[in-house]
Amino acid sequence: MSSVETIIQSIYVVAAVLFIVGLKRMSSPTTARTGIIWAGIGMLMATIATFFYPGVENFVLIAVAILLGTVIAGYTAKKVGMTEMPEMIALYNGMGGGAAAAIAAVELFKDHHLSISVATLALIGGIIGSISFTGSLIAFGKLQGMIKGTFRFKGQHQINLVLLLGSVVLSALVVAGFDANATLVIMVFVIALILGIAMTMPIGGGDMAVIISLYNALTGLAVGFEGYVLQNYSMIIAGTVVGAAGTLLTQLMAKAMNKTLISVLFPFGETAQVSGGEAEGEMKPIEAGDAGIMMAFAQKVIIIPGYGMAVAQAQQKVWELSQLLIGKGVDVKFAIHPVAGRMPGHMNVLLAEAGVPYELIFDEDEINQEFKSCDVALVIGANDVVNPIARTDPSSEIYGMPILNADYASNVIVVKRGQGTGFSGIENVLFFLDNTRMLYGDGQAVATDLVNSIKEL
Amino acid sequence: METFIAIYIFMLAAFTGLEVISKVPAILHTPLMSGSNFIHGVVLVGAIIALGMAETNLEKTIGFFGVFLASGNAVGGYVVTERMLEMFKSKKENE
Repeated sequence: MSSVETIIQSIYVVAAVLFIVGLKRMSSPTTARTGIIWAGIGMLMATIATFFYPGVENFVLIAVAILLGTVIAGYTAKKVGMTEMPEMIALYNGMGGGAAAAIAAVELFKDHHLSISVATLALIGGIIGSISFTGSLIAFGKLQGMIKGTFRFKGQHQINLVLLLGSVVLSALVVAGFDANATLVIMVFVIALILGIAMTMPIGGGDMAVIISLYNALTGLAVGFEGYVLQNYSMIIAGTVVGAAGTLLTQLMAKAMNKTLISVLFPFGETAQVSGGEAEGEMKPIEAGDAGIMMAFAQKVIIIPGYGMAVAQAQQKVWELSQLLIGKGVDVKFAIHPVAGRMPGHMNVLLAEAGVPYELIFDEDEINQEFKSCDVALVIGANDVVNPIARTDPSSEIYGMPILNADYASNVIVVKRGQGTGFSGIENVLFFLDNTRMLYGDGQAVATDLVNSIKEL
Repeated sequence: METFIAIYIFMLAAFTGLEVISKVPAILHTPLMSGSNFIHGVVLVGAIIALGMAETNLEKTIGFFGVFLASGNAVGGYVVTERMLEMFKSKKENE
């Protein structure tokens, strides 16, 4: 090993350590912010060192490609609103998957002879990376609303299975040396790219968080495999760490949403099945003025925000409302369901952006006991996560999902746009309870009305 | 023998990944996913090597595409994660 190489390899070692320490720090709220900086320093070091890698040329091309990627991704990442974070993660993750596939393609197209293990891992990484690439782009399109609906038809899982087997068989032929002019390699990649689209199209918007997390883990794995191909240990370590951590994270998310990974990946039926939806009674409306009075004279108010609140950009107003109530001596708390927002933790970020302090925000386990002693539960933009049917009706699709016990509060005020059902299409029993009042309107407008009504008191 | 060393590295890295993330609170799920998304942006290193050693025009084209995508992964992933984690800082400093 030349001395330049020794230095480069040493830098890779340091980078790998920084990645792991950074990830570790990101898993605790107090150190999270420094975590990304540590990892960022590691990335910068590794990238710069690679420019001195023996045999690396084409510097102009490399510089232009990096510049393009940096400008485009940096600009979009800075511009986009906090509500759209999940789809941006999907987009950038897809790019990583595509990059891993590109590495595989370059290595396989090259004239040099690859050993069986290298060729095999290059192909597996290439297939996984390609699936993650197109799959993530579809997920991005769906969350952005550019692709609407789910595309399901009979036998589609079988078709996907055939595609997967096809790419595996072709890969085996490539490894066995049947590939004279790289046609088979191209076919493997084309099939994998199609498979990524076909796998993601039938998945509904509600399950996208799980799928994005899965693709994140897959990209990590693909990067690890291509690291083996290039004999680059920092890629192997970083990719595999992300692959493993991402798999665990995917499972945690699926669990929080009361789903299994299998049920997300292989949705059955042409449309989502709706069952156990008949609620009795009627919805009773309330005016903002009355709702404001009710909360102002309460001892304890628990606010349950959902993604609908974020879409209406109402979080600032809701925080203003909370501050007014706190000023009147009301005990105000925020209850966050694990899947509020579009991903676990997304709602916390959105509330934090609006200025809501940490100590007012509670997880479902922490606060569920408190609803019994709470005067008013204000549900704003949330639906399925407060549906008591999850506790009572085994035939319901959401049966068994942990919910926030808003129905135990003395009074429930539900802020809602109209009378329709939620994301899952299930009728919400909570809306029909005797102690529930419906406050119809756009989240932001309603929150403004509430603020004004309390100010007038 | 190299292959076995690589297998050991895969194995140990996988356990490290599971260990590092095992005690994460739900509020950090999204930022952490974003952070891990940034970390596999190290694919940029591989993409640079692939393009740097590319010879034919086909290899160069694919390699260029790879470096472009990889730098998008790394830069986009970093900025998005940093912006989200910024929220956690401002909260603490307001106290």
